Amino acid sequence: MPKEQAEFEAGMQAHVERGEKGVKTSWDEVNLPMVRHWVQAMDDNNPVYTDAEFAAGTRHGGLVAPPTMLQAWTMKGVKDQAPGSSTTDPMADVFDALTEAGYPAVVATNCEQTYLRYVKPGEKLHHTYRLESISGEKKTGLGIGYFITQLMEYFTEDEEKVAEMRFTILRYKPAQREPKRPPRARPGMTRDTEFFWQGLHEDNKLLIQRCLSCGQLRHPPAPMCPHCQSLQHDTVEASGKATLYSHVTMHHPPLPAFEYPNTIALVELEEGTRLLAGLIDIDRDELEIGMPLQLEIVRCDDELSVPMFRRAS
Amino acid sequence: MSKQEFSNIYFDQVAVGDTLPQLEIEITPTLIVSTAIASRDYQDVHHDRVRAQELGSPDIFMNILTSNGLVGRYVTDWAGPEAILVSVNIRLGAPNYPGDTMVMSAEVTAKREEQGRYLVDLAVAGKNKLGVHVSGTVIVDLPNSAA
Repeated sequence: MPKEQAEFEAGMQAHVERGEKGVKTSWDEVNLPMVRHWVQAMDDNNPVYTDAEFAAGTRHGGLVAPPTMLQAWTMKGVKDQAPGSSTTDPMADVFDALTEAGYPAVVATNCEQTYLRYVKPGEKLHHTYRLESISGEKKTGLGIGYFITQLMEYFTEDEEKVAEMRFTILRYKPAQREPKRPPRARPGMTRDTEFFWQGLHEDNKLLIQRCLSCGQLRHPPAPMCPHCQSLQHDTVEASGKATLYSHVTMHHPPLPAFEYPNTIALVELEEGTRLLAGLIDIDRDELEIGMPLQLEIVRCDDELSVPMFRRAS
Repeated sequence: MSKQEFSNIYFDQVAVGDTLPQLEIEITPTLIVSTAIASRDYQDVHHDRVRAQELGSPDIFMNILTSNGLVGRYVTDWAGPEAILVSVNIRLGAPNYPGDTMVMSAEVTAKREEQGRYLVDLAVAGKNKLGVHVSGTVIVDLPNSAA
């Protein structure tokens, strides 16, 4: 990892460890008009939110707000955050640092809400928020980036905690869009290697050449068996189970068809032969020689499919 | 509304592997805008098509609070007014754009008694024509039995 990136990551981790909190308050207490607007928009007919008499006869004991409405109470609204909220965002410097480091794009990926109890009309909520964790650099379908999880804890006015929420976003470098990306270079295909590429693309199979005289498997494909010099051969289908034998990460020169850093693995198949392949969803810091891998045949375009490997589950 | 119109699902009626009836939700501009405003989310991409297109989206799209709310609603529609949602954990995928339909489905993956509560885990998914819009796990506390 380049030095600047290591420093940048350490800076973000230090921020997580400081655990600096912000607070957001609500303009209004939990109230029936906002609840009614919500349930009508969501087409939620649960009577415990709007029918006081009905709600009183249930386990809720009276009107409650929809628990999933949690965030709405402290949302900023059109103009301003409610008075008493933090005026500076304790996470702003992390987000600024990510933008400066080249990860400007954002997408929310996960939202986990836990309700300790339902809140009732008349209760006034506020929540604290802090940075809970930042992942290492990850390769995703959208591009390379960092997953950032915030923890929000919701309280009533007398500081009774009623709910918590973890909200994860991905800050990323947008990958070049597919149509703009030049296709992968075609493999040099000969009559000796044609079966290998056809097997991948047309039959979704990874094939290994087998000597018909001595039974030895071999890869890459070749016309003659290196063990017994026989020219007779057929193929067997690989199971897809493999382990990592070795790996190298390509940085330069960048080829436009690939994402960088581009880690290339030498993979040992369960059957014993080895082949070169790309990896999917494995951070290069997580690579360990011998780690179990699973084949995934990836269709690159209308003509080419390639074997790639992901972590075996 | 009278109480008789609403029925409840009880813990002892539920078995692991049970599936919930599917729910189809038409994604209209009105749904996207009204739910965004009901959740007090005024980000322009949820109500302003021109702005959404400037930012590279084909149209306005549903906000996360609404996806979360619809997952909760889907579960309580099934479970009834006595149900208490304990947690809603969702993972977000393909956007919900106007003109699409989201089909929600769920399966019971676990049930247990925990500190006097009768908890059921549901694996929930909402799919549209682009793929999985939302998937995740909801834990719901159900009344134990009709008795």
